[in-house]
Amino acid sequence: MEFHILGQQLVNGLALGSIYGLIAVGYTMVYGIIGMINFAHGDVYMISAYITAICIAILSFFGISSAAFLIIITLIVTIVIVSLYGWSIERIAYKPLRNSPRLAPLISAIGVSLVLQNYVQVSQGAKTQAVPTILPGVFRFGTETDFFQITYIQVLLVVVSFASMALLTYIIQKTSLGRQCRAVQQDPKMAAILGINTDRIISTVFILGAAMAAIAGVLVTLNYGSFDFSVGFITGVKAFTAAVLGGIGSLPGAMLGGIILGMSESLFSGFVNTDYKDVFAFSLLVLVLIFRPSGLLGKPLVEKV
Amino acid sequence: MFSKPNDPPMLTAFKDSSLVGMIALLIFSPISGIILNGYGFNTHPQTPIMLAFIVFIGRFAYQLAALTPWGQRLIQKFMLSKGKRGVYVASPGDQRYLWIILAILFIAGLVLPFYLSKYYLTVAILALIYVLLGLGLNIVVGLAGLLDLGFVAFYAVGAYTFALGSQYWGLGFWSAIPLAAAFAALLGGILGFPVLRMHGDYLAIVTLGFGEIIRLVLNNWMSFTGGPNGAKAAEPSLFGLEFTRTAKTDGHIPFHEFFGTTYSPNTKFIFIYLVVFLVACLMIFFFSRLRTMPMGRAWEALREDEIACRSLGMNHVTIKLSAFMMGAMTGGIGGVFFAAQQGGFVNPTSFTFFESALILAIVVLGGMGSVVGVVVAALVLTILPEMLRDFADYRVLIFGILMVFMMLWKPRGFLPIRRPYFTKEGQA
Repeated sequence: MEFHILGQQLVNGLALGSIYGLIAVGYTMVYGIIGMINFAHGDVYMISAYITAICIAILSFFGISSAAFLIIITLIVTIVIVSLYGWSIERIAYKPLRNSPRLAPLISAIGVSLVLQNYVQVSQGAKTQAVPTILPGVFRFGTETDFFQITYIQVLLVVVSFASMALLTYIIQKTSLGRQCRAVQQDPKMAAILGINTDRIISTVFILGAAMAAIAGVLVTLNYGSFDFSVGFITGVKAFTAAVLGGIGSLPGAMLGGIILGMSESLFSGFVNTDYKDVFAFSLLVLVLIFRPSGLLGKPLVEKV
Repeated sequence: MFSKPNDPPMLTAFKDSSLVGMIALLIFSPISGIILNGYGFNTHPQTPIMLAFIVFIGRFAYQLAALTPWGQRLIQKFMLSKGKRGVYVASPGDQRYLWIILAILFIAGLVLPFYLSKYYLTVAILALIYVLLGLGLNIVVGLAGLLDLGFVAFYAVGAYTFALGSQYWGLGFWSAIPLAAAFAALLGGILGFPVLRMHGDYLAIVTLGFGEIIRLVLNNWMSFTGGPNGAKAAEPSLFGLEFTRTAKTDGHIPFHEFFGTTYSPNTKFIFIYLVVFLVACLMIFFFSRLRTMPMGRAWEALREDEIACRSLGMNHVTIKLSAFMMGAMTGGIGGVFFAAQQGGFVNPTSFTFFESALILAIVVLGGMGSVVGVVVAALVLTILPEMLRDFADYRVLIFGILMVFMMLWKPRGFLPIRRPYFTKEGQA
């Protein structure tokens, strides 16, 4: 085995995995709190990629070239707008369906996903979009001929995603808001009786999930540089796979699942075959679920009458 | 947010609507107002302003309507469908005229193809294929309550069994139908057996993954499936009579020569239409009977309360598996007809997740478990996009918006399920 290829694939896998983890958080929190698969979440991520590119284009138009400034402003703007998207989607398409049969919000979510994709396609065109490289530069490891490299953007990506995961874990574990979220997740009716505004908590969860997807969108766009209106679907499905892999409803599980999925996908495409990497990812999911039905870190589900 | 408690209601409505309009403006501005052009951009400020204005007017009209008594009644009327829950029991005498209506519909369906142009014939065939697919998924999702997001996989397996079978082993249209059904059911069994032991929601993601795996394999296995270029299936034939202008296989006679009529390209599609129509009718009959049989009742019982069923000694895995395989089989049959309708040419782009979502939408919009509902929804959802074809680019966008609003309006579907009633012998 060639070690520089292994090293390179591990680095790529870690970067990819952090992204899956960030998006998986949105799925896992929404699933944990209202038990629905938010199919539009992948497209929220896609929207954030577009907003990132638009933001960079506008900032460059005004002659701003400082990388740090550019990245911070883009992050803030994207998080704000995409959170607004997350909030409005929940308000329009899911909230009226709170007490409906289980599949109704799912169909509504698929509808929202189609709307978002086609809204972007109609207004921005179907062509692949690109952003300029903002932060060039790499760290190199190894000899002159056999080396692997970590770009600055990859470092930024991993650091930012771990930092935002840590912040989110802090919010959920330590703050009053987080306690309310966990209470609603455990027993919505009891939480409401105890004076928690469940509707607001559910909205908050959608906003937090969308914000995480926004961070993922900014980082991916800066890292890979190109995207189109259909990137949301496959990334969304993979992120959901990561959430299930780690145990749905569990925040550390989402991150762990994301990293395992990213790493194994990257190693598989590096050493076996690129065409079948998605096939491999899904087969991994099926295998894990057969042997550990509640995911890696999920609590085994006890069914009560 | 900005309104005080003692504001006049009109002003409150106006402030609320303005706030909603502002949010809409923020949401629409970046994507539809600033169009990326390479690394630069063009601005189109009029689009987001117009969209936000529409949202504002809509919200304001709604708020004003909520202030007047007749408007409140109107809103109440729309919201009322949400209050009705549970399963209805059909009243006795409900089916008195059913046979007459069914007979008329059946004859109308048989006569219809002879009056359609070729384009509408293909649309009608597609609609009937979706009726088949909807019926298949209805068993899995509607009756057995298993959420299958990768139903398209079985559809693809059916279509490719026919196409690859005729390419490699000279399989004909008629022999492909039972073979594809058996193969799809087998695959459903292999997938279902380990997966159906799991908790319900994991099934959704596993089936979704399976759907993608099938599509990716079909797309990437160039040497066997032809990859993105697709595969070619044989022309359908009736007792060795082909529907082409000249016979493709030696010793075969084209249909029009045998009957001494002039050649018409429609004949093939009329033939396919009639076969799909008869198969769909058979399936409708079969599935509505199945619901009242022990098997169908076991599915519904398991959907309602799995623990109770298992306590009563029902084997949940085999019951679920039977539903899953039955659904897969129907999907496989649908696939064969799709390959035939496409002029024998299939490629992986026809089997994306969008198709699975569409079939699921048919089942849910139709009212889960309701056969009539599924048929109506399948016809509406396949004919509607064809009617929206004038809007070209906005077709799927409008389709998605309608999907969301249909769910908000009728979360239980057009025609919610009704439990069949039973009377003692001799009573009406």
